Amino acid sequence: MSAGGIRPARPFPEAARDTLQDAQMRRNLKHATTTIREKRLRAVAELPDWEALRTRGAELKDASLSDLAEQLLTLEAAVKRCGGQVHWARDAAEACRIVTDLAALHGAREIIKVKSISTDEIELNAALEQRGIQAIETDLAELIVQLAGDTPSHILVPAIHKNRAEIRDLFRQKLGAELLTDEPKVLAEAARLYLREKFLSTKVAVSGANFAIAESGTVCIVESEGNGRMCLTLPDVLISVMGIEKVLPQWADIAPFMQLLPRSSTAERMNPYTSFWSGVIPGDGPQEFHLVLLDNGRTDVLADEAARQTLRCIRCSACLNVCPVYERAGGHAYGSVYPGPIGAILTPQLLQLEDENANTLPWASSLCGACYDACPVKINIPEILIYLRGQITPHKSHNLENTVESIAMKTAAWIFNEPFRFEGALKLARTGQGPLVQHGAIHALPGLLGGWTSSRNLPAFPAKSFRELWREEGEV
Amino acid sequence: MKIDLFITCLNDALFPQTGLAMARLLRRLGHQVHFNEAQTCCGQMHFNTGYQREALPLIRKFVNDFRNAEVIVAPSGSCVAFVRDLYPKAAEWAGDDDLLREVTELGKRTYELSEFLIKVLKVEDVGAYYPHRVTYHPTCHAARLLRVGDAPLTLLKNVRGLTLVELPASEQCCGFGGTFSVKNPETSTAMLADKVQSVMSTGAECCTAGDNSCLMHIGGGLSRLQSGVGVVHLAEILASTESISAGSSETIGAMQVSAEALL
Repeated sequence: MSAGGIRPARPFPEAARDTLQDAQMRRNLKHATTTIREKRLRAVAELPDWEALRTRGAELKDASLSDLAEQLLTLEAAVKRCGGQVHWARDAAEACRIVTDLAALHGAREIIKVKSISTDEIELNAALEQRGIQAIETDLAELIVQLAGDTPSHILVPAIHKNRAEIRDLFRQKLGAELLTDEPKVLAEAARLYLREKFLSTKVAVSGANFAIAESGTVCIVESEGNGRMCLTLPDVLISVMGIEKVLPQWADIAPFMQLLPRSSTAERMNPYTSFWSGVIPGDGPQEFHLVLLDNGRTDVLADEAARQTLRCIRCSACLNVCPVYERAGGHAYGSVYPGPIGAILTPQLLQLEDENANTLPWASSLCGACYDACPVKINIPEILIYLRGQITPHKSHNLENTVESIAMKTAAWIFNEPFRFEGALKLARTGQGPLVQHGAIHALPGLLGGWTSSRNLPAFPAKSFRELWREEGEV
Repeated sequence: MKIDLFITCLNDALFPQTGLAMARLLRRLGHQVHFNEAQTCCGQMHFNTGYQREALPLIRKFVNDFRNAEVIVAPSGSCVAFVRDLYPKAAEWAGDDDLLREVTELGKRTYELSEFLIKVLKVEDVGAYYPHRVTYHPTCHAARLLRVGDAPLTLLKNVRGLTLVELPASEQCCGFGGTFSVKNPETSTAMLADKVQSVMSTGAECCTAGDNSCLMHIGGGLSRLQSGVGVVHLAEILASTESISAGSSETIGAMQVSAEALL
């Protein structure tokens, strides 16, 4: 199954401990992210007005979000006007039920899918399977992940953690392909042969949506391989699952995003396939169109003014590719279909800050700020990470580690509130550190701080603090 | 100019030589320096770790301690970025409009050392002498929040005797991230490993930066590997002159710490 949902099975530090052991994955990731990072910088540098475009993108999303209910109602009316049907889904279960009911109604045993992270979010593939319907991913990387029984590790490149040799072996095994080499062309051809048959024989397709235009009821999918175009045009029934934040008021609004999205995600000037469709047209394309509007926690994010900008995200994955934490720990460590910096803020918010494992994600960042610089819609991810830490900390369950940390932090704040306490604490530390110091440095510390000395030495407290030296020497 | 030193808790406690070097440098350039002993910590560690309720009193205290300062200069891009960038957020999230006004105004008078020298004092050559092979690590907060740009490199290029060697992938975070280094030690260590590798690949005698927190991290890794490469704060290089550099334990103090750790 390629669907993984958004509920992490373990806390981030624990999951990362495992993924960091996978040297092959780390090499694959480093290679892939470094390459795309450099390409993106070149693609962005071509546009002299990139900063203005980013600002425009942010403004357009904010404007739509500030008026979201109205935009969605306009979208609903327009889709209906064009002969489509609209369904509102409060949560993942409701969305899955709507889609599986529709597929079952048409007697589908198999459905084809355009790569869609919102359907991964609601774990649609598993829900379909329970009803005896098999979902077939048609995006090459999603297909790889699905065949491997794996979960995606990247928003845009779900199989980024796999290399060509691993994929060749998988295709040999699962598709029965007689592959002699791991050339990209050969691998793609094997997938193409398998998928063509599915495109031509399957009657129901499921997609996500990159954007939707309220005024005309138009849905948009942006992709690179053409598999999306096939799914959107060949089957009889098309069901699109769309997060409610994807709506834009009017056609003119989409122009900046057509420049921002491809350059940020694949470092291309333009993506190869952009499909727009409004409802149904008799005799051309799917004759039934369903738009499922998915909330699943989004209205709660919207209600929080300080963190609302999270919903600007256009899922380009630029933040993943520049993130040093993502590059080392890999997407699986985040335990959600939304990995990386955006996942670290989106996942816990979608779960209303009530999932203990997801609540460790806002700390999975060194706050280096590379994600904010790369974000095409200027989401201030580091700021939201800090904001969420502040929201989560007072409510954290009181396991020993949290209690020790909380006492240490509160004591430190008490000490810092008075300079004489600070000076006294320094003197105490200097005396107390005695047995820990070897040759001017500390090599091993107990408790929580042991995490530091497991790989790093720590300088010992010097004989005198700055304030003591300043007082003594004055005129230095 | 009358300059208030913002020494930061980490520098005060663990790296007093950096604060002294900064004071000496600013005096050498003809300025008056003042250290308000009431100052302790800007509250960054608490705020960024999630203890925002605990950080607020420290933020208010900082405002009180520096209210009357003409300019405030610190040997830390991170703490200055916190004051300038996140104090307003802290006030906003706490719903305190008076505090918001005050910290916004205070932030405009608060500078990191290298940006203060280049942008405010407009000095590119501070008359320093430091005969060593040095590589420079741009710290994340100075580079991305303060946008100090080439300021530190410009200053280093004008130091006599100094050979500046470029650090590969310099823009990559060293993995410190405050409490990130203890809460996610394995990931932090993986990031550090690459940074240490980069530093060692340059053949430099030492790595410098504008933040002792990052240098403590990088230096801790270099020292554990017994690399023989030290770390030294930018202020200490800039304060160093021909007359005092020969045999002065203070200017290369940080390097000696890591050298001793090898024994």
